Amino acid sequence: MIVELGHFALILALLVAVVQVVVPMFGAAIRDERMMRVAEPAALSQFLLIALAFFALMHAYVTSDFSVLNVAENSHSTKPLIYKMAGVWGNHEGSMLLWVLILALFGAAVALFGNNLPPTLKARVLSVQASIAVAFLLFSLLTSNPFLRLDPAPSDGRGLNPILQDPALAFHPPFLYTGYVGFSIAFSFAIAALIEGRIDAAWARWVRPWTLAAWMFLTIGIAMGSWWAYYELGWGGWWFWDPVENASFMPWLAGTALLHSALVMEKREALKIWTVLLAILTFSLSLMGTFIVRSGVLTSVHSFAVDPARGVFILAILVLFTGGGLALFALRAKDMQAGSLFQPISREGSLVLNNLLLVTATATVLVGTLYPMALEGLTGEKISVGPPFFNMTFGPLMIPLLIALPVGPLLAWKRGDFLGAMQRLSLAFLAALVAVVAVYAVEHRGPWLAPFGIALGVYVMAGAVIEWASRVKVGSAGLDEIARRATNLPRSAYGTLFAHFGVGMLVVGIIATSAYREEHILAMKPGEKVSVDGYDVAFTGVERARGPNYSEDIADFAVTRNGAAVARLQPSKRLYDAPPQPTTEAGIHASWRGDLYVVIGDAQPGGGYAVRAYFNPLVRFIWLGALIMFLGGGISLSDRRLRVGAPSRHRLAAPVPAE
Amino acid sequence: MTRKQKRGVMIGGGVAILGLALILVLFALKDSIVFFHTPSDIVEKGVPAGQRIRLGGLVEQGSVVRGQGTTISFKVTDTLKEIPVSFTGVLPDLFKEGQGVVAEGVLDGNGEFKADTVLAKHDENYMPRDVAKALEAKGVKLGASAHPGQLKAEMP
Repeated sequence: MIVELGHFALILALLVAVVQVVVPMFGAAIRDERMMRVAEPAALSQFLLIALAFFALMHAYVTSDFSVLNVAENSHSTKPLIYKMAGVWGNHEGSMLLWVLILALFGAAVALFGNNLPPTLKARVLSVQASIAVAFLLFSLLTSNPFLRLDPAPSDGRGLNPILQDPALAFHPPFLYTGYVGFSIAFSFAIAALIEGRIDAAWARWVRPWTLAAWMFLTIGIAMGSWWAYYELGWGGWWFWDPVENASFMPWLAGTALLHSALVMEKREALKIWTVLLAILTFSLSLMGTFIVRSGVLTSVHSFAVDPARGVFILAILVLFTGGGLALFALRAKDMQAGSLFQPISREGSLVLNNLLLVTATATVLVGTLYPMALEGLTGEKISVGPPFFNMTFGPLMIPLLIALPVGPLLAWKRGDFLGAMQRLSLAFLAALVAVVAVYAVEHRGPWLAPFGIALGVYVMAGAVIEWASRVKVGSAGLDEIARRATNLPRSAYGTLFAHFGVGMLVVGIIATSAYREEHILAMKPGEKVSVDGYDVAFTGVERARGPNYSEDIADFAVTRNGAAVARLQPSKRLYDAPPQPTTEAGIHASWRGDLYVVIGDAQPGGGYAVRAYFNPLVRFIWLGALIMFLGGGISLSDRRLRVGAPSRHRLAAPVPAE
Repeated sequence: MTRKQKRGVMIGGGVAILGLALILVLFALKDSIVFFHTPSDIVEKGVPAGQRIRLGGLVEQGSVVRGQGTTISFKVTDTLKEIPVSFTGVLPDLFKEGQGVVAEGVLDGNGEFKADTVLAKHDENYMPRDVAKALEAKGVKLGASAHPGQLKAEMP
């Protein structure tokens, strides 16, 4: 009954969304206040209805209602409660429901908090947002309905893929989706602005908080996925340039560019047309990501359902919204008033460089992701484009970006003082130099470029701190003055500090762990020892144990360093009951220096085990850096000037139309 | 700077970066892509030794031999032809005789494939899409459980 209620609510949500597309858009065209106001209750009720459908499905999962096909195929009665709940989005149909839920959530949030928007813009934004909802609700109901019944109901379900039964992965999809579906708001604002035919700094001020919120969640969502892959897949890697990863990384890159270009538009009324284009492209990449992940079109270490009907449907959505958005852009952009030009050496100029590099980097990732697909489609030849491709293309583009990153914020708007900026960065250059020397002193192996890579990360971290220090006048003012300035500094400045510092940490972590990882693969018998980066790892034995829905062989390793006990590592091999599938659980000892990472493989004839032991130096910096970037986004979002819906002190009336 | 010069700098910078990226992409595509072959492809087309490729097929029943240490040898078959493979390391969880597998590495002069990476897929019902397609193209009938359409494993 509850399931039917959910199904009905989803159909109703579709009808509400149709009303939300048509009535406010028409109302905005004829300036009918009442029709425009339909958008708000419609957005709210659309969200509530989809939430109802979502929780109805979750109820079916929690109560193990195997008369529902989706539950029977993806759940199992013995699964722990948390994975029954997370199991809702651990499959195609359920995750599409989560997708539309988050889409509607953002729409409802604009309806609730967008009080300072001019009524016509708000009506149009909500109307465009609803049109995306219509497309995906249709997709869900017609091709991926999670509420289909199964008769007769099986006595138990087929279970959730065990590698997905993991806390980090349980919460990875909601964060990731909040991120890349969240860019839909930027898209809706862009389309609405193109329909209105006017755009100004206020538009950027309205769009930026939404983009920032989406960006934050995408950052942490990607980091969680990477963290999960690191410890769960058992090969100690944290990024594979897999198409499924690229699918979320491309919107992140474009979204990062969008955040920065919206800043220029807000402060200087420049880059207006470019920002609108970027907003369209960012969400188009989100849609492309959905297509890549949901249509099963790509070969991938991640595995997907192959169902052509679904693929074609999403492709149609992608073409409609991307093509439609770009066509509208082509038609209307020339009517928009172009922004002013500016000096290349200035804050604006540096942000343009940021945008050029980020967008070009996005394009290289796009080529690497789509090329194998295009080649197979055209010639039937099957190839794989792996990490070497991305290291050769994406990598070199990041170097100038990172070099320029600390310089930009030190340049003034309009006309920057390049030499002055260099002078203020002298401490950062010194820090980088020290880093090069220190790394060479500690590590003699690894590629000769690696110390410079680490130095680049250190330079970015130092640059972020210097920028903050120079704003609060560390070194030229008294302590009281510094404290006063530090408290008065807008939160967005702290956001920048955190986000840029996080980027630096991320770079240090990536380079250190890629260049200086120590790897041992060997067969070990109980009683044997291996030395890994100064740790003595002794294999003491294997025990069989039983978990809630799996049995496992737990190996025991005693770790000592110079004779002193450090840790016990217990990597294991699990065999799940349903579906009967093995997984590898890594044993990890984390420290600031890096991770000691041990996994066991198959039992060998003669009582030994295959063992893989790694030392991954500074690997935690990768996720810590991402976490700090996430926090930076949050701090910036709490700035009152950006706060969604907060009454702005200089309240802007409706934007002035462009000539 | 005049308006014209400013615009020139912007356009020049943009073109330079795009040009650089294009050169990088072309070089990378030339050097770093890896072709996928089935055992029959290798026997029929003659893939040169030393060229990095991906080999896909099924792990032949009864072919897995665990040697000394962590070196393992097995045969990859597409039911028509087979290629012996040797691999040093820890095999992925889902590596099993009779299941789909993709190995990456090079052929040595004696027709043996030296793999440095072995990928098995996440679901035991799942056969790598490349393998399934290639096998179907060769006219091999796949059981329902081996067809990718049956796949239910999901990675969001």
